[in-house]
Amino acid sequence: MAQTEQDPIIRLKNVDKFFGDFQALKKVNLEVFKGQKVVVCGPSGSGKSTMIRCINRLESHDGGRILVNGIELNDSLRNIDAVRSEVGMVFQQFNLFPHLTAVGNLMLAPRLVRKKSKAEAREIAMRYLERVHIPEQADKYPVQLSGGQQQRVAIARALCMNPEIMLFDEPTSALDPEMIHEVLDVMVELANEGMTMICVTHEMGFARSVADLTVFMDAGEIVEAKPPQEFFENPEHERTRLFLSQILSH
Amino acid sequence: MSFDIALIIESVPKMLVGVGITLQLLFLSTLFGTLLAIVTLLMRIGPFRWLRWPAIAYIYFFRGTPMLVQIFVIYYGLAQFEFVRDSFLWPALRVPFWCAIIAFSLNVGAYTAEILRGAVQGVEKGLLEAGSALGLTARQRFIHITTPIAVRLSLPAYGNEIISLMKSTALASTITIFDTMGVARTIMAQTFKPYEVFISAAIIYLVIVWFIQMGIALAERRFGRYMKR
Ligand SMILES: Nc1ncnc2c1ncn2[C@@H]1O[C@H](COP(=O)(O)OP(=O)(O)OP(=O)(O)O)[C@@H](O)[C@H]1O
Ligand SMILES: [Mg+2]
Repeated sequence: MAQTEQDPIIRLKNVDKFFGDFQALKKVNLEVFKGQKVVVCGPSGSGKSTMIRCINRLESHDGGRILVNGIELNDSLRNIDAVRSEVGMVFQQFNLFPHLTAVGNLMLAPRLVRKKSKAEAREIAMRYLERVHIPEQADKYPVQLSGGQQQRVAIARALCMNPEIMLFDEPTSALDPEMIHEVLDVMVELANEGMTMICVTHEMGFARSVADLTVFMDAGEIVEAKPPQEFFENPEHERTRLFLSQILSH
Repeated sequence: MSFDIALIIESVPKMLVGVGITLQLLFLSTLFGTLLAIVTLLMRIGPFRWLRWPAIAYIYFFRGTPMLVQIFVIYYGLAQFEFVRDSFLWPALRVPFWCAIIAFSLNVGAYTAEILRGAVQGVEKGLLEAGSALGLTARQRFIHITTPIAVRLSLPAYGNEIISLMKSTALASTITIFDTMGVARTIMAQTFKPYEVFISAAIIYLVIVWFIQMGIALAERRFGRYMKR
């Protein structure tokens, strides 16, 4: 299938996901266009992580269709590899490789997946460490870095693969408050450069200033999806209002 | 009770001949046992289901029976079978030294396979997901993420296993091998002074353990640089 400019770069159509008998996603529909920034929020257990993990096939969906850049996600390993090479992911717990230095973390995938030489990989890695403002930490191991620095290394590691799309799963939730802004700043810069992003986050300031679309999930469903202005000012559903009142109250 | 210090001083050098054998038993069994453990691990956790059962059965038998029994079965038992005597293994199986090596290696292999499996399972799932998300294949994840982390995680238990093997090598003396313990038993038979002789042997084993501990600590530091803040 040919991908045109008007087609969404990510398309979820009636996606279902089960864990045993438990249905974690119920007929989820979502379209994301190139360059769009989507913020996903919702209560714990509502399926936010599950949804974005389906987009790079860390979870397999049980019903419906998922297309990324025109490639259908199914059992084809080739398709999965193709999608993963377009999609970068940042995790709540950073998930840096503890046995590699910061620069080593960044070099691994370019070397193994893109078959770059050591020198090329290092050059790419240093370029991205500069983009997240920590080139001086290149030779430290993850345990020697602060949480905020670790998460910026993790972002840089994903960027090294030159992805079209970045997925963020609560990237600031594991951070001490004083480190949250340094990670958000990097994300805002990335957004301003035109990256397509889906961010699960409860940083509503970030949603207001950056998002094109704010998605509220509850109990495995997308309850509401709107531009942030509308979303915050007049949420349509009772569940959304309740959730917003809870998280905006502190 | 008289205690003959002079005999201890006299015995230790004599036993050094046996120490050479002890170290050979230790080194060769560690080497073969570790290789066997890696093969067993790969069978155990690899993609081929039909390879799992032999690995599980092997681990079960060698962890579930006393080492002394295994040594006797290999040394005395196998010789009964004609096909064993006719086989290409016979030149090794008739030599007590190689029987001991085989028994120890099989034992180390079984225990170490389980140590390694625990370490592999101890690698955080999130790290492998990060690897998948970056596009690494299962094989690349195993080689570049699981293996280095699992090696570090397994070192303390692996060190214990080597120390435990070192002590078990004394069982080799039961099948006429003159390792440290074998020599000690000979001296004992000549002098009838068990305390002095076996204390000498204990001292020798303690010295060897000390070196093993140093080696393990060194390896832990080498592979664990990244754990230091
Ligand atoms: N591997 C799994 N096995 C079984 N159930 C799971 C699994 N992963 C998630 N679930 C369940 O699916 C539901 C959705 O989980 P998910 O992690 O997507 O929620 P979430 O919205 O990201 O929540 P949080 O804000 O706590 O991260 C939860 O009820 C969770 O218990
Ligand atoms: Mg989550």
